[in-house]
Amino acid sequence: MTTPLELVCPAGTPAGLKTAVDAGAHSVYCGYRDETNARNFPGLNFDRAEMKEAVTYAHDHGTKILIALNTFMRAGSTDLWKRGVDDAVAAGADALILADVGLVEYARKAHPKQRLHLSVQAAAATPEAIAFYRDRFGIARVVLPRVLTVEEIARLTAHAAPCETEVFVFGGLCVMAEGRCMLSSYATGKSPNMTGVCSPPSHVSYREESDALVACVGGFTVERFERGEPAGYPTLCKGRFEAQGAVSHLFEDPVSLNAVELLPRLAEIGVTAFKIEGRQRGRAYISTVVRAFRKAIDAMAAGDKVDFDELRALTEGQRETTGAYKKAWR
Amino acid sequence: MRGHLPPIFTNATGFLPLLPLEVIARRLLSNAMAARPSFAARLGEYAGRTFAIDPVDCPFVFLIKPEGGRTDLKVVRRSVAQGYDARIAAPLVVLIGMIDGTYDGDALFFSRDLMIEGDTEAVLALRNAIENAELDPSTVLGLPKSLQGPVNRGTRMLFVQLRRLLDAPEETGPNSGAFA
Repeated sequence: MTTPLELVCPAGTPAGLKTAVDAGAHSVYCGYRDETNARNFPGLNFDRAEMKEAVTYAHDHGTKILIALNTFMRAGSTDLWKRGVDDAVAAGADALILADVGLVEYARKAHPKQRLHLSVQAAAATPEAIAFYRDRFGIARVVLPRVLTVEEIARLTAHAAPCETEVFVFGGLCVMAEGRCMLSSYATGKSPNMTGVCSPPSHVSYREESDALVACVGGFTVERFERGEPAGYPTLCKGRFEAQGAVSHLFEDPVSLNAVELLPRLAEIGVTAFKIEGRQRGRAYISTVVRAFRKAIDAMAAGDKVDFDELRALTEGQRETTGAYKKAWR
Repeated sequence: MRGHLPPIFTNATGFLPLLPLEVIARRLLSNAMAARPSFAARLGEYAGRTFAIDPVDCPFVFLIKPEGGRTDLKVVRRSVAQGYDARIAAPLVVLIGMIDGTYDGDALFFSRDLMIEGDTEAVLALRNAIENAELDPSTVLGLPKSLQGPVNRGTRMLFVQLRRLLDAPEETGPNSGAFA
């Protein structure tokens, strides 16, 4: 390993950020409280003053702040996103995480020295796409989609250099090509791409029905959890439907990604940063997961082994997968 | 749901008047709101909603409307609890664990130790505002700084034992011993 590995951790609130920093995050990603970031949930995210304080707290503790402005600008109304870029730079962000190619162009021109990362929302999954962003805009790191195998990541990482690669290693698993998925838009009129919310809570409802928990999105019933069965947040891609007489998850089970066992291999192939999903999660989740992964990274460097059973309780559906990384995924 | 108080507690307290509990609960909520003035701002438009906080192992429900500086709180019997926008239900020690950051709300929901109904958006806003408030026992009790350390440590030890005794979900918060 030549480059030090970076643990990139989520924070949806100033308290969450403090927790992540204290738990050992090398860097923390977060966003403003508006449509510019892909976790635009009620009560979540940072106002301008909170972001400045967050940057100060993180820097005082040797942690970097990556500010996500990773939705796509609205045609004819781009000021919100551009102002977000300007404010993030002024706040002292170590990097901006961007998805919209127009916003990348703006950020590069307006702030030539600012470090820029390419969000997973940009869905850059080919050597050509990454090379374009790297050569044209000086993108320093690309966050790879969660639909690639480890060997595909190895080839992309080799092609991307000197652009770094970052991969998700834990948390909710988006099973689609992010930034291109329209399922949430279809069901609710809102999507992570434009408004920053997948399966917006305004369109989610639960009801108890004969001891079962029934979950709906935009009026569509997408899941029925029987008594004692672990539940999940309802999204169309992880719903369980009846089709041609059979009931099954048509796309994927509501399981959580846990690629901890793959960390050594991912480090070996040159991945620079390991990302934990979950800006919408609480301090209990952040502290547990961040400490565990930091411990793993430190142990890996020392050649020790770490037990990760305690992470299972925090996973969606209480079950885990290595996702597409090992192609065990359907 | 795990972590229920023994039924004998529910039965015994079912006959007690609710007014004293309401007075105490109002005072605790008032202390918390005074110590965390940004709480209502983080709740935003959802501060006007009425939340039913339902400790399922107790014979009462808290109805809370956290609007601005005039937070309204009522304690009512479960059978007459109505007119709320969202309901959050779990055993009492689990609900307290969500307030002090011991538990992750999503994890509780996934494991079916927490039930929500009604306005999901308002529930999320409340959860996120509580998360950011970083409330601890001494803040809620309105204690002076000199007492905060010992009271927080003592209360924490008490709840660790209580949750173990009641077979509540495993603790995972910033103060849990899992990685100490």
